[in-house]
Amino acid sequence: MIETLFPHGISHYLVGGLLIGLGVALLFIVTGRQGGASTFFSASWSWLAKTPFFQQSAFLQSRNWRLVYAGGFVLGGLIYLGMGLPQVTSEMPAWKLALGGVLIGYGARLGGGCTSGHGICGMASLNIGSISVVMTFMATGIATAWLFKSLGWGV
Amino acid sequence: MKNTLSFTATLAAGALFGFGLSWATMIRPEVVLSFLTFDDLGLLFVLGAATGLNLLVFQLLPRLRQRSLLGEAFETRLFRADRRSLIGGALFGIGWGICGVCPGPALAGFGAGNADLLIALAGIFVGALLHGVQEDRRSA
Repeated sequence: MIETLFPHGISHYLVGGLLIGLGVALLFIVTGRQGGASTFFSASWSWLAKTPFFQQSAFLQSRNWRLVYAGGFVLGGLIYLGMGLPQVTSEMPAWKLALGGVLIGYGARLGGGCTSGHGICGMASLNIGSISVVMTFMATGIATAWLFKSLGWGV
Repeated sequence: MKNTLSFTATLAAGALFGFGLSWATMIRPEVVLSFLTFDDLGLLFVLGAATGLNLLVFQLLPRLRQRSLLGEAFETRLFRADRRSLIGGALFGIGWGICGVCPGPALAGFGAGNADLLIALAGIFVGALLHGVQEDRRSA
């Protein structure tokens, strides 16, 4: 049963999850901020798009730290690569990354957050709205992945 | 001094997050898709560990201290879901189910050497722009 549900074991998942949690905790303890990832993608447009939405103070006041935080994500991956840890290869077709990417960006911003903002910070805040959005994207994510798998478009 | 500390903590927090995503192999889209098709439920432990730890931190710390170490108030999540945000969540899930990528792993996976994720990152920026353009039209 365990081997069927977790064919690659659980220890690296558990350790990775704890490291992610430590990152979110560090940001909160030191700066008081809740570290979702997706607002970065809207806040960064404020440097280029001079419209009322993108010039809202929430973006202007947070865009600097959000850029640093996003840079940290890339740095974390780079450190992983630099330590010569097991390579993570992927064969995802470009059309899926492009189509999925646009839906993720649009959906996360309309939905007010993503897997980190609603998933980790929102659920840790016991925010009912965040939990509702997480239930919604889990449901449509599972349905879409199963649909693609049954059509032979999956991995 | 405070700015340096804030910068360092923010960068370190992001790096821990990105390194953790890499360690958990969640930066690999195929791993996310195999979770969504129930072929490997390991990501439950990733989400469970990260959320469980911060459930303690977010719930207990503001009761023990009034302010963060750098003196800022603790941010509370005022988010309320409505019809539009649930539609947003649904569309996010569809994109997640198509390509197995979400914003954090797209950034970390790019850092770990998967240059294809630049396509997903570009897509996320385009999606965020479309959302903002739509918001400007609504309020115009």
